[in-house]
Amino acid sequence: MTDNASPEPEATHLETESDKSARGAMVLEVRDLSVDFGVDKKWVPAAIGLNYEVRAGEVLAIVGESGSGKSASSMALLGLLPSNSRVRGSVKLSGKELLGDKSGNIREVRGKDVAVIFQEPMTALNPVYTVGAQIVETIRLHNSISPDEARQRAVRMLDLVELPDPEKAFKSYPHQLSGGQRQRAMIAQSLSCDPKLLIADEPTTALDVTVQAEILDLMRNLRNKLDSAIVLITHDMGVVADLADRIAVMRKGVIVESGTAQQIFSNPQHEYTQALLAAVPHLGQGADTADVDVTAALAAATNTELESVDHDELVRRELENQAALKTAAEEAAKPKGEPVLELIDVAIEYPKQGRVPAFRAVEEANLVIYPGQVVGLVGESGSGKTTIGRAAVGLLPVAAGSMRVVGQDISAAKRNGKQLHEVRRDIGMVFQDPSSSLNPRLPIGESIGEPMYLAGVAKGVDLQKRIETLLDQVELPRGYRNRYPHELSGGQKQRVGIARALSLQPKLMVADEPTSALDVSVQAKVLELFQNLQRELGFACLFVTHDLAVVDVLADRICVMQRGRIVEQGTREQILRNPQEPYTQRLLAAVPLPDPEKQRERRELRAQLMAAGIE
Amino acid sequence: MSQPTQEEEILAQQALAEAARAEAGIEVTGGLSQGQIVRKRFFGHTGALIGLAVFAAIFLLAFTSVGAFGIPGWWKYNHVDVSPLVNDGVPTSSLWPLAWGEHPFGQDRIGRDLFAMTMRGAQQSITVMVLIGAIAGAVGAIVGGLAGYFRGWVEAVLMRLTDVIIIIPVLLLAAVVGQIANRRDEGSWIAGFASNNGVVILGVFLGFVLWVGLARLVRGEFLTLREREFVDAARISGASNARIIFKHILPNAVGVLIVNVTLTMSAAILLETALSYLGLGVKAPDTSLGLLVAQNQEAFATRPWLFWFPGLFIILICLSINFIGDGLRDAFDPRQKKFKAKTAVETARHSSTTAPVADASKGS
Repeated sequence: MTDNASPEPEATHLETESDKSARGAMVLEVRDLSVDFGVDKKWVPAAIGLNYEVRAGEVLAIVGESGSGKSASSMALLGLLPSNSRVRGSVKLSGKELLGDKSGNIREVRGKDVAVIFQEPMTALNPVYTVGAQIVETIRLHNSISPDEARQRAVRMLDLVELPDPEKAFKSYPHQLSGGQRQRAMIAQSLSCDPKLLIADEPTTALDVTVQAEILDLMRNLRNKLDSAIVLITHDMGVVADLADRIAVMRKGVIVESGTAQQIFSNPQHEYTQALLAAVPHLGQGADTADVDVTAALAAATNTELESVDHDELVRRELENQAALKTAAEEAAKPKGEPVLELIDVAIEYPKQGRVPAFRAVEEANLVIYPGQVVGLVGESGSGKTTIGRAAVGLLPVAAGSMRVVGQDISAAKRNGKQLHEVRRDIGMVFQDPSSSLNPRLPIGESIGEPMYLAGVAKGVDLQKRIETLLDQVELPRGYRNRYPHELSGGQKQRVGIARALSLQPKLMVADEPTSALDVSVQAKVLELFQNLQRELGFACLFVTHDLAVVDVLADRICVMQRGRIVEQGTREQILRNPQEPYTQRLLAAVPLPDPEKQRERRELRAQLMAAGIE
Repeated sequence: MSQPTQEEEILAQQALAEAARAEAGIEVTGGLSQGQIVRKRFFGHTGALIGLAVFAAIFLLAFTSVGAFGIPGWWKYNHVDVSPLVNDGVPTSSLWPLAWGEHPFGQDRIGRDLFAMTMRGAQQSITVMVLIGAIAGAVGAIVGGLAGYFRGWVEAVLMRLTDVIIIIPVLLLAAVVGQIANRRDEGSWIAGFASNNGVVILGVFLGFVLWVGLARLVRGEFLTLREREFVDAARISGASNARIIFKHILPNAVGVLIVNVTLTMSAAILLETALSYLGLGVKAPDTSLGLLVAQNQEAFATRPWLFWFPGLFIILICLSINFIGDGLRDAFDPRQKKFKAKTAVETARHSSTTAPVADASKGS
């Protein structure tokens, strides 16, 4: 016992960690929880024999991919599942059994002892009541206090979640608040009765990175203040690294591994956990070049000092960055040839519809893509990045400036006109939502073959052969030709989407957030495939995404968009190693890292950026 | 895009698992098309199957018994023949012992066979129903589809047109058309045609009035479908407007169309009945179910069977069509599913797996 091997120091470290959290009282105890759904006269298990507990002041993250049963099992705690479901096992909240309870009793618990933060604040808040009224309702349902008192408490809650003007927020309707403010209001509502347990179901998935970082900060502050137990359900390892004390990894309805955040991130045992961690794209770890130390880059660009990192080490890391930047700059000065896509002072408007006036989504955009180049277009929602992508394939008209696509000026082209028809033979597009971008009534072979058929490139047997080749290229079995989209998984559907975009061997490919609807591990595979195909076929690509880490894997150049303008563009190295615009810096600092240690550094840096007034 | 719910996930995974199983069987196999799935689900719907069987039986009975389109039927009377009263007109059929008799549904006061008349009436009702369904469905789909796809001035014109038609009271209009069609003295072509085929005129007319509701539904469906990404994808592939409408959007809107055409058809039967009852639809000597009910309502106390049998057929036809429509709606919309917990079978397979869950990984 005395001379234990290497795990020993780590184990003691973990011991103290869990000791620290053990001081809280046990809040939630889940034993042998199983959830089944009835489908087609069969019970299909969604969660099998789950065991976990959460103590006060502790954050348990349940991580897994979609369909792993993480949401279903958590909703089962509160009896919020549809009628064709069945829940077995035992759930104890502070020693009181929740399952099999009368519906009246569980209603007492909901909102008061257990509160839920939902994924989409817009749909979780009732649009016809003010935010204040909804919080007051929650408070008065569970406490016998006067409306005035409830109102004061509601305003206090709104203040607690750091809304800039609580009084104003109290009187606002959900649609009058921004996404981040709505999520804050939701959190205020869920905390208004001082719950013992807070279930956060993908609380930041619907938000932009910078807003996500703010909400995560808020949740961390609240946890310290309120001492509630938190169950965090998410698929985002970055969010987990930022917030969680303990982690349970779920796969196919079973918890495959659980432990402290430290354990899981530094020493994952189960192969699935390892695969999951490996699949997360890290910002700054592009495919073939050396890693970029984004934290150091940011620190250098903004002249900040970090407490958690030694000064000398930071200087060393900054110098490394600069050296790499120089070599990259030399590489970037290569000759390139005729541009495939060229935007000069382009403005794009959504045309007027009825009484809604025309909306200018993009202004003064300048962008050049050379053959074989991958340009990442990054920005938050509403920044106009998708608009540029759609305009490039002629789905939206150009209001001003000139747009040249594969050598033709399409800025004045008629909608569905002949010129666009010509240009489109050289463009492919991959869409965001794989289930919406394939016609559910067409077999996928037909979907893939349609562009070739309509362009008159191939017919009959020749067409079938080409479809098979394309299926081979995207690594799908040929037999899938006759399948329908609903029979395929999300990743497979997106492969079909890529095959369709490739079918005319385009010179330019526009990819509109092709992986944002996919799970991390699937995303990693699709990105890898995309990268290989790009290298093999050499098409130029405009890659639109909100995820800096994804663009970092693929792109040669990165354009950052904000509010309809391109605020900064440059090579991947320039943007990641030496970001100039405050907005870019903020964006980079907000991306959570799937590593608790690095994330701590990043968080501190971000706090300093904010403090320095780079808002 | 919000994340899909667990249930949808399960449905998708089930399909996947099925595909994988099929894969193991035969190498190159065609997947189930949307249409095949709908058919399978429809035939798993007990109510719809019963409805379909009842309707088919009525259809066969009505069209073969008294004959149609000049072809004589197997029944010895037709709806205008007068024969001496048997058993004072009381129905001769009996359940025990099972017997058909001379006049199974009885006779009216002057001795016409009620079975023949009811069958003729059922024929008329079914004809009207099919005509209305076909015309209203076609016009509604075209108007709604064009308005929804092209938007702009096309939509403005077509939708104002539907608004105008919607506000015209159907009964009044029917009365006017009925008047025109019944001026036999004038000898105009429409009158001549109407005197022989009153029910066809009625069906066509109602069809051209009842499409408005369908047009609005189809327009709504097109409005949502045209924003879907596969339409953009088709446009980028170089598809023309016609191809996008007919190949990409319409097949996806067909569920809404079929379901609502079916339900419109059952409403149409009632409308024809009501119009005939009011004397605006089918005129004597031809007959229809509504007309039979109207003519015989005074006899309710003395000869109730004259009222019961036509009424029974109205109810049967309407119910069966409604059940079929219901079944179709359930079949087209996978969310409308019923699940009986008691009869459910246990499965060990997790929703997101195609192979049995390994016990070793449990709860570690």
